Amino acid sequence: MKKLTLLIAFVLGVMAVNGQDFLTKSKVSGSFEINSQYYMADEGIGITDSMVGDKYMRINGFGKIQYTLGNFSAGIRFESFQPPLSGFREELEGSGIANYFATYDNGTIGVTVGDIYDQFGSGLVFRTYEEWSLGFDNSLRGMRAIYRPCDGVTLKGVYGKQRYYWASYGKDESRGVIRGFDGEWDLNQSLKKTSKFKMSLGGSFVSNYQPSASDNPIYVIPENVSAAAGRVNMGYGRFSFSTEYAYKINNPSAINNLIYKNGEALLASLAYSQKGLGMVLQVKRVDNMSFKSDYTAKENDLDINFIPPINYTHTHSLPAMYSYSTQPNGEMGIQFQVNYLIPKKTLLGGKYGTKVTFNYSQVNDIVRDSITYNGQKVLNRKGTMGYTSPFFGISDKVFYRDINLEIDKKISKKWSFIAQYINLIYDMPTIEGHGTTVKADIAFLDLTYKINSRNSIRMELQHLWDCIGSGYEVEKGDEESFIKRGNWFSALLEYSIAPKWFVSIADKYNYGNPVAEYRDHYYTASVGFIKDSTRITLSGGRQSEGMICVGGVCRKVPASSGVSLTVTTSF
Amino acid sequence: MKKLFAFLLFGFMFLGLSAQNSDLPNITLKNLDGESVNIAELNNDGKPFVMTFWATWCGPCVKEHNALSDVYDDWIEETGIKIFSVSIDDARATAKIKPFVDGKGWPFEILLDVNSELKRAMNVSNPPHTFLFDGDGKIVWQHTGYLDGGEEDLYQEILKISK
Repeated sequence: MKKLTLLIAFVLGVMAVNGQDFLTKSKVSGSFEINSQYYMADEGIGITDSMVGDKYMRINGFGKIQYTLGNFSAGIRFESFQPPLSGFREELEGSGIANYFATYDNGTIGVTVGDIYDQFGSGLVFRTYEEWSLGFDNSLRGMRAIYRPCDGVTLKGVYGKQRYYWASYGKDESRGVIRGFDGEWDLNQSLKKTSKFKMSLGGSFVSNYQPSASDNPIYVIPENVSAAAGRVNMGYGRFSFSTEYAYKINNPSAINNLIYKNGEALLASLAYSQKGLGMVLQVKRVDNMSFKSDYTAKENDLDINFIPPINYTHTHSLPAMYSYSTQPNGEMGIQFQVNYLIPKKTLLGGKYGTKVTFNYSQVNDIVRDSITYNGQKVLNRKGTMGYTSPFFGISDKVFYRDINLEIDKKISKKWSFIAQYINLIYDMPTIEGHGTTVKADIAFLDLTYKINSRNSIRMELQHLWDCIGSGYEVEKGDEESFIKRGNWFSALLEYSIAPKWFVSIADKYNYGNPVAEYRDHYYTASVGFIKDSTRITLSGGRQSEGMICVGGVCRKVPASSGVSLTVTTSF
Repeated sequence: MKKLFAFLLFGFMFLGLSAQNSDLPNITLKNLDGESVNIAELNNDGKPFVMTFWATWCGPCVKEHNALSDVYDDWIEETGIKIFSVSIDDARATAKIKPFVDGKGWPFEILLDVNSELKRAMNVSNPPHTFLFDGDGKIVWQHTGYLDGGEEDLYQEILKISK
């Protein structure tokens, strides 16, 4: 009680002295978003009344308020999934305060308490983040301290328990407690040298302590799992090089079939860049690198780390149907990209120059050799060391390959277009867990005509040629493996009045599906209104089954039909 | 524990008062040369400036940047404006941003918001999202989304505050 009185006195004192400042320097801001959909039965694409059920109206929404006063800030986020939109995890159903935090940072010392988002290096051993479009949030409830003892040096520590949908953070919850440290040293900033040569070094250590792991009746599951990583970034003139290597010990889990093998990951990038020309080469190796705060967790639940995918992110609807998602149990990847601006006033450059992008990316499986266990050869057997894998070994199995060329061109004040050609291999059984490997060619043209400074028309034409033709003989009972297979055609027409209005109609047509009843149209119509930071979109129509992927993390979206309303705003 | 928390909270609020009075949060990001940039210190020598959020995977963002890039020289000449362009791409694209930006010929000062720290602090939901700041770092206008020709409205707002 005495303390409380003291506290109140202190606060009143502060307010009395600084009353004026409190009023003028305080800042309240926030944002708000609602995504809602009304689902309808649609026999045409196989959605019956019983599939829609009684939860035909679904809403995802959040509201966030932040308070800032100089070096201090605090915030709170309320979320509601009543119930979540189809394709989101049912565990999200519910409402409540999902996130709160308070931070003080004066440039030398920073402290955050509450729900923390942070990343060490490229995230190979630690990254907590939130991705609304996926319903993903692995924030850490606990605290974080940052100390910057001198220019160029940053030391960081985090401690806490991860969010798992609406589960409590109490003692009885089985997920582990995470402790992490990270240090980074920027040599140029530290030595105050402006030189052509730039370098920074970093290292991190993360451990997860899950006491309930020892309850497993069959296996001795370690309570402590640790991972460490080191990184280097270098630059010299137009060249830059960055790499990070991570190592993890002691982590049998549901994802890796309870093997005791250690994990590792390597990412490296080499880039050359000057005005008008940029090139980048990236390689990566991932071996048994899923790292979660509960060894029984599945899919993307309770991920402590983030393994960045290194391939092109397609956004047009047909190529985006086949998006790659990271395979944490093992992959070898390479990517090469060139961005080139053909100069203005040349034959190919024209009046405005022509932007050309070439991208090649491929991901294969790693090589796994069997090990000897109790005198016999075993591969990836539960409770063993699993397998051995040569560091530079690349399996013949291709998970994903993408070769594409894009041209982005402004022809005149009125006309501009983006055209892209894509050649794709997509291992659907590995990435989605069903079907057969897809080999496809995709081409699209995205054409814009500016009627005047405010009104424009945009048209998209896309076509996908699947290696399986419409004449492919599908065995009886195996039809479901051919959902979304075969040739597709898609068209979109959009009319916009800047900066406030747009209206669009689109159709995606799976005309070449080998299964006749899957040759469906997926038509949609949308109208949107934007004012300042507010956006309202109303759409209606069909959504085809597919995956929504952000940063290599994917969410399956079932086919649906209905009307949706989205409202976002910030203040 | 709770009391301690409340105590710290108010203590920090008290300490917070010493900082300057702008809408720019105290967050440090890296630029394309790997150098740390404190967002609270962003300025354009007392003149207005623009902060726009984008990503390599966001079609309308690339369109907006292409359009801004075409008019940027004229805008600088007429108003002295400066554009800070914040990429919200995650670690997958960090090494690709510089070649991407150079290959498009974009002249803006690029900042890398690898874990969406600034995006959250500025309450940005979806890119593109554009803010116009006055010379003191106060937000005077913002707009979400990009439709062809939308840069004209930004320019009108810039003209209003740069006499």
